[in-house]
Amino acid sequence: MDKNTEYHSLIKKQYRELMEHCRIQLDKTERELPPAREDFYSSLKERGISRRDFLKWTSFMTAALMLPPIFRPMVAKAAENFSRIPVVWLQFAECTGCSEAFLRSSYPNVDDILLETISLEYHETLMAASGIQAEQNLEKAVHDFAGKFICVIEGSLPRGLNGKYLTLGSKGKTGIEVAKEVTSKAAAVICMGSCSSFGNIPSAKPNPTDSVGIGKALGITTVNIAGCPPNAVNFTGTILHYIMFGGLPPLDSLGRPVWAYGKRVHDFCERRPHYDAAEFVEEWGDEGAKKGWCLYKMGCRGPYAYSNCSKVRFNDGISWPVMAGHGCIGCTEPGFWDTMASLEKPIHEASIGGGERTVDDIGIALTALTTAGVAAHAAFSAMRHSGKKKAGTSSDADHKE
Amino acid sequence: MAKRIIVDPITRIEGHLRIEVEVDSSNVIRDAWSSITLWRGIETILKGRDPRDAGLIVQRFCGVCTFVHYEASILACEDAFGVKPPPNARIIRNLVNASLFLTDHIMHFYHLHGLDWVDIVSALSADPKKAVELAKSYCSEPYNCSETHYKAVQQRLTKFVKSGRLGPFANAYWGNPSYKLPPEANLVIVSHYLDALAVSKIGAQMMAIFGGKNPHPQNLVVGGVTSVMDALDAERLGQYLFRLKEMKKIIENAYLPDVLMAAAYYKGEGSAGTGAGVKNYLSYGGFPLDDDWNNLLFPRGVVEGRNIARPLKLDEDKITEEATHSWYKGSEPQHPYKGTTEPEYTGYDKDGHVKGDEKYSWCKAPRYNGKPYEVGPLARFVVGYAQGDKAIKGLVDSALKQTGLPVTALFSTLGRTAARALETKLVADRTEGWVNELVANIKKGDTRTWTRCDVPSKPVQGRGLTEPPRGALGHWIRIENKVISNYQAVVPSTWNCSPRDKAGQRGPYEESLIGIKLAKVDQPLEIIRTIHSFDPCMACAVHIIDPKSNEIRKYRVC
Repeated sequence: MDKNTEYHSLIKKQYRELMEHCRIQLDKTERELPPAREDFYSSLKERGISRRDFLKWTSFMTAALMLPPIFRPMVAKAAENFSRIPVVWLQFAECTGCSEAFLRSSYPNVDDILLETISLEYHETLMAASGIQAEQNLEKAVHDFAGKFICVIEGSLPRGLNGKYLTLGSKGKTGIEVAKEVTSKAAAVICMGSCSSFGNIPSAKPNPTDSVGIGKALGITTVNIAGCPPNAVNFTGTILHYIMFGGLPPLDSLGRPVWAYGKRVHDFCERRPHYDAAEFVEEWGDEGAKKGWCLYKMGCRGPYAYSNCSKVRFNDGISWPVMAGHGCIGCTEPGFWDTMASLEKPIHEASIGGGERTVDDIGIALTALTTAGVAAHAAFSAMRHSGKKKAGTSSDADHKE
Repeated sequence: MAKRIIVDPITRIEGHLRIEVEVDSSNVIRDAWSSITLWRGIETILKGRDPRDAGLIVQRFCGVCTFVHYEASILACEDAFGVKPPPNARIIRNLVNASLFLTDHIMHFYHLHGLDWVDIVSALSADPKKAVELAKSYCSEPYNCSETHYKAVQQRLTKFVKSGRLGPFANAYWGNPSYKLPPEANLVIVSHYLDALAVSKIGAQMMAIFGGKNPHPQNLVVGGVTSVMDALDAERLGQYLFRLKEMKKIIENAYLPDVLMAAAYYKGEGSAGTGAGVKNYLSYGGFPLDDDWNNLLFPRGVVEGRNIARPLKLDEDKITEEATHSWYKGSEPQHPYKGTTEPEYTGYDKDGHVKGDEKYSWCKAPRYNGKPYEVGPLARFVVGYAQGDKAIKGLVDSALKQTGLPVTALFSTLGRTAARALETKLVADRTEGWVNELVANIKKGDTRTWTRCDVPSKPVQGRGLTEPPRGALGHWIRIENKVISNYQAVVPSTWNCSPRDKAGQRGPYEESLIGIKLAKVDQPLEIIRTIHSFDPCMACAVHIIDPKSNEIRKYRVC
């Protein structure tokens, strides 16, 4: 193939510019952010992770972030600076499952260290101080790192009762008040999990506390690491991206990073060949189940859910729900408890309707929706990077099949 | 002059908890109120849904006690459907539950509770050589123990302190006179604090082997389990056993000896019964060893008034919940099958304190036979001990012998923490046997993992009672027209975090704080130490069924 086409030089130019941007950004990080508490490379060494393992990891992460291999050194450098980003982790109407997922992440090995050395300035499940002392820590972190810290949020915000279904701290502030105070000072807001992203369980019908995701409750743009709970690797990747480019990664119409949520669970499922061969599990524990056939007829929502679960799996890649013989429940999609119910029935018998052909029909419809969203968000991100802040986002838009 | 102290947020727990206490002039706690400050209304959400979806939904009560609500809900449905899962399913559920006990208890001791006993800053001044000697006096092969390693831990901590950014360790109670461990003991436990972070990942993997992921596994269905491929795969079982071995290592060579070491220095608290609380203990029984739930690893039963000489049988009809002091309408005690409540939020008083004489928590007040009961590892061990359970009695007696404490020392904050460590060993020791049982059953040719069943078309009701890490858990379900018509969960932290009832009886958290003296009135160390010993889990504790859900938004805020 001719390498001197106009197209190629355009691509080359674009990546050169992107790399330059990344270099400037990384220099800025090193200059402006507080120094790391621990040296990254000695942490790797302590944990017995060789240089070779680390390089392998950077290749994986570079590819996962949809960047060409020449970006590997940048990813390495971002990893080195990972623990310099101050993180304030807030918990609202939640179950702490997302924190647990984050603490127990071990895929791949390096993420593990990144998450252990992360600068958590505030996290109620982990911090030693309680009461007044805890509240002081939050005030101090928000003050000291104003405009520099990343605010990670777990849990949705109840709006009912004027927000008083959730009160926090000795002054009995509502969750919404605390969220507003903290996010207004944050460099970026990352929603960890489907509750903070879209409302999830508390907002399932009839939504007794009028709970919604953070973006919708506060009218701000958030990155939505969807999932119940999400895979921690999607969180690490997003932070790395932030360090490298000083901005949020490209998002789909629902605010989810495209690199992690751009494909359907179904697309990379290990049981996909059985779907294509029409080999289905017909009831739990039958011969098909023993052979690992497709779970579509048992209610699997993999064809309707956008996520990389089937690729990265969970807990050091040891398994994921479909591997454990249970269908996907579509937990990365807004309103999934309502739109995907009943979870043990195939979707044509449940709420969406239309027979097996719908798998592809709905997939195509969703893909179109997502693609449109990507373009919109790219433009939106560019605006944001150039310093203009805009309130309101479509990330909480109702999910329509 | 009495002084009111508010501790909110209580950190290192799941969820949102506020504790208020009143101390007298000599800083002794004279009264206490515990209040949950979040309501999500998940039971309201369940109404009208397919009962088979309930398990996955209620699992989201809590991501720390992941799996347990899933299981309780499935058990309740199985009771209602009248279906019995095959032996393989029972065993696989035990294996997943075991992985949770091992992971959760270790994490609780080191990451959630440890810093109430251990002073990190003091560990910096320890002599690593003496620390090795100390560790070896409690265990022949202490976990990850060497002078070099301890030195490295100290260096790592020093760097942390010098950076001036203590992160999660900032602004805590270091140096408080209530910390009693010598620097060397602090160093040993802090070093295991770091080790345990890595180990908890291994425990989570154990759960994921059969559960698909952790937290929030996805392998249970009414009538059985879905992970049949994993059960039939010898390599999978090997992966589980390999990780079990790793977990046992840290339990036997770090967790147990560390708890015994701490007990030696906090002995005074044990013999004084500090943090004892209510005198009643309840266990629903857990880890079925046969398919009819007759033979259980944790016995089912009740001990009233600390009378271990007279263990009582559990009578499910005596379980009630009431809301006199909770932010819900109504006050009469009701059995969970009939539990119906509506939110009635009344907020705090003009000084921002809880209205202790009125309503003050999103938590309801469960009672057994009209009395407040403690649930959890201590309750299981008190019930087991009273019933003369050999394994439990053996573990308790040997720990008492080692520490030189009387059996009454069980009734204390220290006793609660020690019971949790002992039962971790109890579960860990039995788990391998369950893997073998599974293999033996499959070898016999029984590969069933599911019993065929469907949602009954006539109205039915059922309950699932079990013992997850934090204590007695019950789910009650009613099904009409093939959908859920009523759902009620009475969970461990509801029992323990309960506010006062109609008769004014305090709940277990509240009662346990009475009489505790604070070394420094502006540092709530003793309060959180005792509260943490219950392993609070607030997300679990709050959820009710609301009959007229659309009216909720109309309630006025006071």
